[in-house]
Amino acid sequence: MSNVPSELRYAKSHEWLRVAGDTGTVGLTDHAQHELTDVVFVELPAVGRNLQAGETCAVVESVKTASDVYSPVAGTVTAVNAVVVDNPALINTDPYGAGWLFQLKLGAAAPVDVLLDAAAYRKLIGAG
Amino acid sequence: MLKRTPLFAAHQLLGAHLVEFGGWEMPVQYTGIVDEHQAVRQAAGMFDISHMGEFRVTGPGAAAFLNHALTNDIHRLAIGQGQYTLLCNEHGGVVDDLYGYRLDTDDYLLIVNASRIGADWDWLQGQVDLCRAPDGFELRDESDATAAIAVQGPRVVEFINDTVAGGSIDGAMVPHVTDLKKNQVGGFVFQGVPIYVARTGYTGEDGFELMLPASLAEAVWNTLLTCGRPAGLKPAGLGARDTLRTEMGFPLYGHELDEETTPIEAGLTHFVALDKGEFVGRATLAAQKEAGVRRRCVAFRMTEKSAPPRPHYAIWSTGATAVAIGEVVSGTPSPTLGVGIGMGYVTPGFAVPGTEMAIEIRGRRVPAMVVAKPIYRRAAPVVPPKAS
Repeated sequence: MSNVPSELRYAKSHEWLRVAGDTGTVGLTDHAQHELTDVVFVELPAVGRNLQAGETCAVVESVKTASDVYSPVAGTVTAVNAVVVDNPALINTDPYGAGWLFQLKLGAAAPVDVLLDAAAYRKLIGAG
Repeated sequence: MLKRTPLFAAHQLLGAHLVEFGGWEMPVQYTGIVDEHQAVRQAAGMFDISHMGEFRVTGPGAAAFLNHALTNDIHRLAIGQGQYTLLCNEHGGVVDDLYGYRLDTDDYLLIVNASRIGADWDWLQGQVDLCRAPDGFELRDESDATAAIAVQGPRVVEFINDTVAGGSIDGAMVPHVTDLKKNQVGGFVFQGVPIYVARTGYTGEDGFELMLPASLAEAVWNTLLTCGRPAGLKPAGLGARDTLRTEMGFPLYGHELDEETTPIEAGLTHFVALDKGEFVGRATLAAQKEAGVRRRCVAFRMTEKSAPPRPHYAIWSTGATAVAIGEVVSGTPSPTLGVGIGMGYVTPGFAVPGTEMAIEIRGRRVPAMVVAKPIYRRAAPVVPPKAS
């Protein structure tokens, strides 16, 4: 049974977004980590990089496959999670906490409302 | 519609993550690829290999037919013994790699790759048609009626005799399953039904492969679990099977081997008995052994922390005059070594252990080194010096 925190927004490509003021934190959902299985490697975007909504910006590799990560919204990368680079398994064990991937300064017109809410995401993954 | 083995319900019960493999719906993992891999290296793991193919070749002409069709020398097999061997086409290209067991005087069992059952059968039938004495033997496809389970790991010896009790009734004659030597196969009785047990495997650990009637599969699987759980036995899927064999440098058909690749290029010359007489592909293989090959299979490991190497990634030489020298055919993180490992084909000059090279991973060339096989070797126990 997938964990889908109600205060987050979700992309159809299984990233989550936590908004605090004009800062967004991005990670992969519990559903995504379950499908990926053991994550062994993470490649994160450079700080300062400008991202469009839906742009490929990171790579997460499991034992068997490499998966692209897409930025849920437009913004500029302000921080990346160095801890998850050294310990990729955090994406599996704590996808909404210690397994966060990067932070963005949200663009002025960041269309957060275009993202799915928890109920819609649960429906997407067949869990609600 | 994907095919399912007789153990499909058992996999569902265990919560397996199922995927498509060669037309079959198979478990890629149960508790996790790394977890299952480590279970095999430290305790025990069991694999459903029922999707693999089983061909039976019987009769006084069986050995001659097989020695003509396969590269290794079947005459080396005592009753109750098996050998790794290859089926090649006229150009020396590999149709399949497989194990051949001599069950009795004129009774042979071939275990072939699941993805090649059709191709192997068609090829062998073609060889039968070309045969001058086709009445001397019979070739039967027993794949659908046969299930198989591999149980591998250092602690398997603690419970396998409880799982399959008693001594063998044919093949290698031994008082217990654990008395089988490596590559030996015996006929044993499980709940009144004859099964075969061979001391073989695809993981580099001690272990056994059980071949049995499909209707017995669940009973054997569940008995193994009951007997083996106390010793740490875990069900293991195709994901762990792949990481384990890659650590050993074992080939997988479709990666290190295909119809355009010869056993000489693949580094399997040891299993090509050029001196046994005529066999399909002999001329090309003898010429390659003499004159050399244009590409050679090497094992490698990444020399810095990196994204894992993957099949089809380009391989480059290093330095100012770096050139493309080949391609990765198998690549994965190594759960035991904690670094990326794999195998690839390179121009022969680079096929020397210790040679530096680079793997192109998402546009970046990452340093790697050619290593001898096996890529992972268990450290030998320290032997104390004898007192003088």
